[in-house]
This record gives sequence, C-alpha cells and structure tokens, in this order.
Amino acid sequence: MTWKGWLSRAAVAGGLALGTLASTVASAQETIKVGILHSLSGTMAISETTLKDVMLMLIEEQNKKGGVLGKKLEAVVVDPASNWPLFAEKARELIAKDKVSAVFGCWTSVSRKSVLPVFKELNSILFYPVQYEGEESERNVFYTGAAPNQQAIPAVDYLMKEEKVERWVLEGTDYVYPRTTNKILEAYLKAKGVKPEDISINYTPFGQSDWQTRVAAIKSFGSAGKKTAVVSTINGDANVPFYKELANQGIKATDIPVVAFSVGEEELAGIDTKPLLGHLAAWNYFMSIDTPANKAFIEKWHAYTKNPKRVTNDPMEAHYIGFNMWVKAVEKAGTTDPDKVIATLPGIKQDNLTGGTSEMLANHHITKPVFIGEIKDNGQFDVVWKTDGLIPGEAWSKQLDGSKDLEADWVKLNCGNYNTKTKKCGGA
Amino acid sequence: MRRCLVLLLVAWCTAWVLPAAAQTGADTAYARLASDSYSDIEAGIAALVVSGDPKAGPVLRALTDNRLLYRPDDKALAIKDGATVTDARTGAAVNPEGLKPVRVNNRVRRAIDAALGTLNLLAPDAATRRNAADAVFKARDAAALPALDAALARETDAVVKRTMQEARAAALLARPGAPEIERLSAIDTIQARGDSEALAILRGLSADPAQSVRDAAARGVSGIETRQALMANVQNAWYGVSLGSVLLLAAIGLAITFGVMGIINMAHGEMVMLGAYTTYLVQELIRQKAPFLFDWSLPIAIPLAFLAAGAVGILIERTVIRHLYGRPLETLLATWGISLILQQAVRSAFGPTNREVGAPSYMSGAFEVFGLSITWGRLWIVVFAMAVFVALNLILKATSFGLKTRAVTQNRRMAAAMGIRTPWIDAFTFGLGSGIAGVAGVALSQIDNVSPNLGQGYIIDSFLVVVFGGVGNLWGTLVAALTLGVANKFLEPYAGAVLGKILLLVFIILFIQKRPRGLFALKGRAVEA
Repeated sequence: MTWKGWLSRAAVAGGLALGTLASTVASAQETIKVGILHSLSGTMAISETTLKDVMLMLIEEQNKKGGVLGKKLEAVVVDPASNWPLFAEKARELIAKDKVSAVFGCWTSVSRKSVLPVFKELNSILFYPVQYEGEESERNVFYTGAAPNQQAIPAVDYLMKEEKVERWVLEGTDYVYPRTTNKILEAYLKAKGVKPEDISINYTPFGQSDWQTRVAAIKSFGSAGKKTAVVSTINGDANVPFYKELANQGIKATDIPVVAFSVGEEELAGIDTKPLLGHLAAWNYFMSIDTPANKAFIEKWHAYTKNPKRVTNDPMEAHYIGFNMWVKAVEKAGTTDPDKVIATLPGIKQDNLTGGTSEMLANHHITKPVFIGEIKDNGQFDVVWKTDGLIPGEAWSKQLDGSKDLEADWVKLNCGNYNTKTKKCGGA
Repeated sequence: MRRCLVLLLVAWCTAWVLPAAAQTGADTAYARLASDSYSDIEAGIAALVVSGDPKAGPVLRALTDNRLLYRPDDKALAIKDGATVTDARTGAAVNPEGLKPVRVNNRVRRAIDAALGTLNLLAPDAATRRNAADAVFKARDAAALPALDAALARETDAVVKRTMQEARAAALLARPGAPEIERLSAIDTIQARGDSEALAILRGLSADPAQSVRDAAARGVSGIETRQALMANVQNAWYGVSLGSVLLLAAIGLAITFGVMGIINMAHGEMVMLGAYTTYLVQELIRQKAPFLFDWSLPIAIPLAFLAAGAVGILIERTVIRHLYGRPLETLLATWGISLILQQAVRSAFGPTNREVGAPSYMSGAFEVFGLSITWGRLWIVVFAMAVFVALNLILKATSFGLKTRAVTQNRRMAAAMGIRTPWIDAFTFGLGSGIAGVAGVALSQIDNVSPNLGQGYIIDSFLVVVFGGVGNLWGTLVAALTLGVANKFLEPYAGAVLGKILLLVFIILFIQKRPRGLFALKGRAVEA
C-alpha cells in the first residue's frame, strides 16, 4: 500500500472512531440532552475522564428513577482533547447542534474562560465542578467547586492555629489559578500580621519534574527558627515528582507540612504514599468521610466502573451536587428552558455526600463544608479538621483591592460584578 | 474539727497515692489515649512516658502504625498484631468488636517521635539509639534532659554520643532559666553540627534575654551561613549533573535516530513512555507472583524495556518512516501523529491516571557527604546514564553492527555497494535508538509520573540537547546535556524556574545562530552530502 493510501485509510478509521464516540444513543421517545464537556485525551484526560464517567453514572441512575419531567436523559459526550480553543468549538457544537439543555464540564480555568463567550452568546447553562481562583460570576455558569474562601483560606487558618505556622512558602505552577490564589493568600497572611520576609512565593512551569533546587530552597527557608509550612497550588502531573523529592530529601510532614489544593485521592493513586504520611490537603469532600450517603455513592461508583479499587474525589462530588441541583431546578421550573432554569437554580438545596445540605446561592456559587485531611499510608485522607458549618462561596475575594467592593447577585441585582461603592453594575 | 478533717483527708490521700503513683500515672495515660481528641492523645503519650510503664514502647509503636485500637464505650485499649487483638496493658486476648483505630495527626506524630526517642535512648542497637537521639534533637524538649544525661553516661559509640550531645544542647537551649555558661557551650555544640536544623535553633535564639547568648547565636548563624553558601555552589553543581544525566538519558536515543539517521522523530518521547510502562508491568507482575524479587524489578525491566521500545521502533520504521526518507516535514508530521496514537493507545489500555512505580530499597532515601545531601535515586540515575552512554559508544564503535551503521549514515550508496543491506541497518538503527529511549524510560519512571503524557515533557528538551550538542555526535550530546543541566541549576535559584528556562532557550537560539551545527560539528564530505 502506498503511504498516501495508508494515511487516508487511517484518517477514515480515526474519523469513524471519533464519530462513534460522539454519537448519541438513538431512542424512539423524546429525550432531554445533557452535554458532557470533559477532555478524554491529552494532558487533562488524567483528571477529566473520571468526571465524564461519573456524569454518565448519574444520568443512568436518574433514568432508572424515571428521568426528568417524564423524559429520559440522554448524555452527549464530546472530547475537547485538552485543547482550549477546541473547548469553545465543542461547546458550540453541544449547544447549537445537539441542543443540549445544560452542559457539565471544563476543568482548567483557561478552558472555562474559553467557553464563556459561547455560553453567553447561545444562552445555555454550564456546571463547573472544580475548585478555582474566584473573581468571576457569570449568569450562565454555576460554580459547584470551591472558591478560594472555601478551600485556601480555611487551610491557612488551620495551619496557623493547629500547627502554629509562622513562615509560609506559597509554591505553585505558573498559571492563573495559583497566581490569583497566592495573591489572595498573601494579602490574607499580611492582614494576619505575617511579615513579608516570612512569605516566599515561587512558581514553576507546568509539568516540572526536577524539584531538587526548589525542595532544597524550601528546606533552607524552613531553617529560620520558625515553624514553616508549604501551601501548594502545584498542578497535576508536577505533584508526584515534588512529593518524591520531598521524601528523598527527608522532609517529613512533622517538620514542614505541605498543604495542597490540587492533590486528591485520584492524584495519590499514582504514588507510594508512605513517605507522604501527614502531608495535608484541603477539600470539600474526601472519600474517607464516613456517611451513609457517601458509602452508597462509593458503592454505586464501584458497581458502575466494575472496579472496586476506583477512588472518588472532590470534583466528582461537585458534579453530584450540581447534577442533582439541575434536576431539581428543571422539575421545579417544569421546563428545561435556560432562562427559567437559571432563575430557579438559586435557592435550590441538595444534600451533599458529607452529611450537610448545600445550597445554590444568588452568586451562582454553593455552600460547602471545608475539610482538612492528612494523607494516610493507604492513599486516603484522614480528616483532622473541619469547619463548623457550611461556608458560602464568595465569587469576589474580600482580600484583593480590585474585588473587595464587588458583589455578585443574580437574583436581586441581576449582576455578576456589582460595585457597592459606585452602586453600578460593571466591575471596579 | 473541720481543719482536722481536711488534714486527715490529705494524709489519707498521700498515703494512698504515693505508692500507687506510677500505677495511676499509667491509668490516666491509658484512659487519655483511648480518645478521639488529638490533644487528649498527645497528653496521654506524655503521661505514658512519665509513668515509666513497661508497655509504653509497644503501645507507642502500635500507635505509629495505626495498630492501636480503642473502644469509645468502655475506653478499652487494644493492640492489633496481624489477626490477633490483645489488650494493650494485660496482653490478654480481646474481642475486636467495636474497636476503632486511635487516630494520629502531625501533632500526635511529633509527640510519638519525641516519646519514642526518649524511650529508645538506651536501646541495645546503636542505629536505634542514634535515631532516638535525632528524634529528641528535633523535639527540643527540656523534659528529655534527665533521660539524655542518663543515656550519655552509658554511651560508648562516638557517633551516637555526638548526636546525643547535640540533642542535649538543643533540649538545654529550650529550657527556660538554664545557666548562661551551659547555654553558651550548647550553642557551640549546635554550631558544630552546622546543618539547616542547627541554623533553625540558633536563629530561634535571636530574641534571647542574655546579650552574650544572642551574640554567640548570631556568630553561629553567620558561621553556618558562610559554610552553607559555599556548599550551595557544590550542591547546585550536583543538581546540575543530576538534571544533566536525566537530559542525557532522554536525549541519547534521539541522538541516534535524529542525530545519526537524520529522522525528526516526534514519537521519541513515547518510546520513553513505553519503557516506563514496561517497568510498571514488570513491577505489577513481581508484586503478584514474586514479591521478594522487588528490588530486582529495575534490572529485569531494563532489557525488557529495550526490547519492547526497540520492537515498536522497528515496526514504526518499517511501516511508516522508511517511506519518508528525505522528506523531513512529512516525517515530522507522521511521527507526531504516531506519538498521539501511541499516547491514546496507552491511555485506553492503562487508563489516563498515573501508574505507581515503586522505588527499590537501594534507590530511596539520601546520604550526606560533607553536609551535602545526595539522594540515592539521583545518584543511581547519574551512574546509569553514564553506563548507557558508554554502552552505546561501544556498540557504535566496537561492533560490526555499529560499523555498518556508521558506514550507511556516512555514505549510503557506497555502503550498499559493499554489500551492506542498508534498509535493515536503517531499521535496526532506529530500533536501537528507540530501545535506548525505552531504557531511559525505566530510569525516568523513578523520578516522574508514569502517565501517557510522560514523553511529551521530554521531547523538546531532547531536541534541544541534540541540536545544541551537534547533530550526529554522541559526545556532543553528553557535553550538551551536562552543560544545560548545570546552567539550568545555577540559573534557577536566581532567576526562578520559569525565567531560568526562558533564559536558557534564548541562549541556545543565539548559540545556534552563531554555530548552526552545534557544539561539536561533524566535518568532512559526509556533511555536505
């Protein structure tokens, strides 16, 4: 076979494979379509594939209960392949071509920013399940992950109170989430009386794999005679080599604890956690939390994936809450019309998996409990601290100059960035 | 009458309490340990050590391993040993129903370390005693002083004795109201230790009430700092060599496929990934069938990774690349496509998440040489990279296959005229380059994620190294990898990881402008051909 012939056949085969992936289950009766916009290939597939699976499971379960408004739900899965512009294209395809009623998707902030104009233009609904840097509230987006005040700030409070930490290393990957979170944390720490020389902020590129210099620097920063901790916003793949280097250089959690905002059960599945014993993570959900709802959820997940070793994590719970809120809102509104569902969603309550009841707020964020967990040797977390009640998500950080006066309220003000000083909608 | 009663009560109490003091101390300790509150558990540990209960050691060890159980209802404490559960105090068998593990957090863990340290100071084994002294040193607890003095009086091993003296100095400095003269000599002991923890202790003294102590501490700090600044350069150099050897491993296979054969092989990183996944499979198999072989998993994985990646390489060469010789742009696109196919294939087969590849015992941990901490894993990778380099040189220079390879790359038609089957030499050379990449994957699985994206992180760096070193020259690749590694590590502390990398890229671009053929350019007619 000539090369060109081979190539064209390969292209046809590839096209067929993609076609089946995006193809929808044909059914005789009318269905309500739900879009799933998570990367199934490329760098983000490691995190996002699980979310696609959990959405399919939730939809299947809802259909067993009889669907929504008497109609079956139908999942439309597309693969934006970790490619940010492709996210916008695929979102447009879902809304305009497949006519989905709502989309559950995105992981990175840049992918969310990339699809925003599409959701605004075509007026649809996006449920975004991942903890993010805040500083945003859009009419068409519902944020079911944590805002900085639901993860970063309580974690720092815990370290200050329980571990008596006085010196801080803010270590992050170089992109928008760590930079904004660290800006907020820096302002917060300074307001708490931490001196500027006791804060060290550092960024490394995506996928950093050689941590020798940084870990040595952390070690020497920690030798100032004050208790030191690392607040890590290191993203995804760079975490494993970072923790391996910490272990190799003999930094234990009892000396310099590391609290991470992007390390969950899924990420720990790829490492030997014995040397990481006691390092911390802050989340709104841990698989190890012992509640009947969580137990049932994990059982269903194992049965659905046919793998008793699969772990559950925080963004999965966010999708669980978001999906059920959407179902309730659609049933309450009696229609899937985006405008009506958007108007109905604030105020909808849904039991989360950790024993509380989350509520969708007027700023399109939800209330969540915050847990601090210590890594155990079996790759799970042991909850060592939790907030008293549920914390309402703040779209605009109270710590930053530009956002302190802003308020998001889509119910009364119908505005995502109302300035309380100038009394105008439209930002600072 | 009333006073009389009180006196009587006091007398009765003392009479009853004194002989039983140890007993009640242990009672409170055990009662407090059987709790869900971390501060109770912490207090329980301290009480247990003070009580001198003979069971304290086993109880604390069980607590560290999560084997200490308690029943919330009746505050019973039990130790789990495999399948058997026994009462923590009496050693009698206990019904395991309703027992929950006593929870441990960092605070409790620190308390355990300090307590076990104090308990183990008199252990028969010198290494245990040294670890114990280290733990006491870290705890800086004045309460450990009597135990340290007792242990010091009996200690015979010089190394352990020094650690104990350091621990004693640290504990003494933590005791409020210790005599100034003793504090000054303690500062000297700590300064002599000279590591970052010594620095931490001395810096903590900057607010000491006594002027002389403050001065001595400041002198100690500046002494240690001067030494550490010097060591920092040595350390950077070592980190540079270590990073360089990783770059060398990643790039050396490419030095064959791109350097010697001239194929722009974008799927090179995926060969590295295949090698890493081979390691994972080997370890999985060993874990299931023969756990005792675990330390041998890497030596076993090396030839298998070479064969697996090499076979895939030959397959790619035979099916795709051989049709594209002389068309670099199309080769680039085709191999890039292959890299995506391989990534997605691995993702479908193994799932998108990271796979766990464990480190054999000889590759974990670190050791100190003149205050420079060197991790075993990195050291082995440097040694391994050099071994691969030497082996590859030998193959190319000292075997008949190497001779033929060089002949074909220098003058294909002449080589063919001499009876060399050039297509097969092409295939095997490509297979060799890919196989070497697979071998690199075995090493990289130790320091990086084993995920489908593993290769992507190395492909650009590999091309940089080969182009910088001079295409077609293995020595150039070696020098380039080490130069880039060391330069990167000296830039990183000043410029940060992000800017450091940018600066390095700019430097290479400028360098290539000046010397388009890299550091060691091939000379002669072959180049012009």
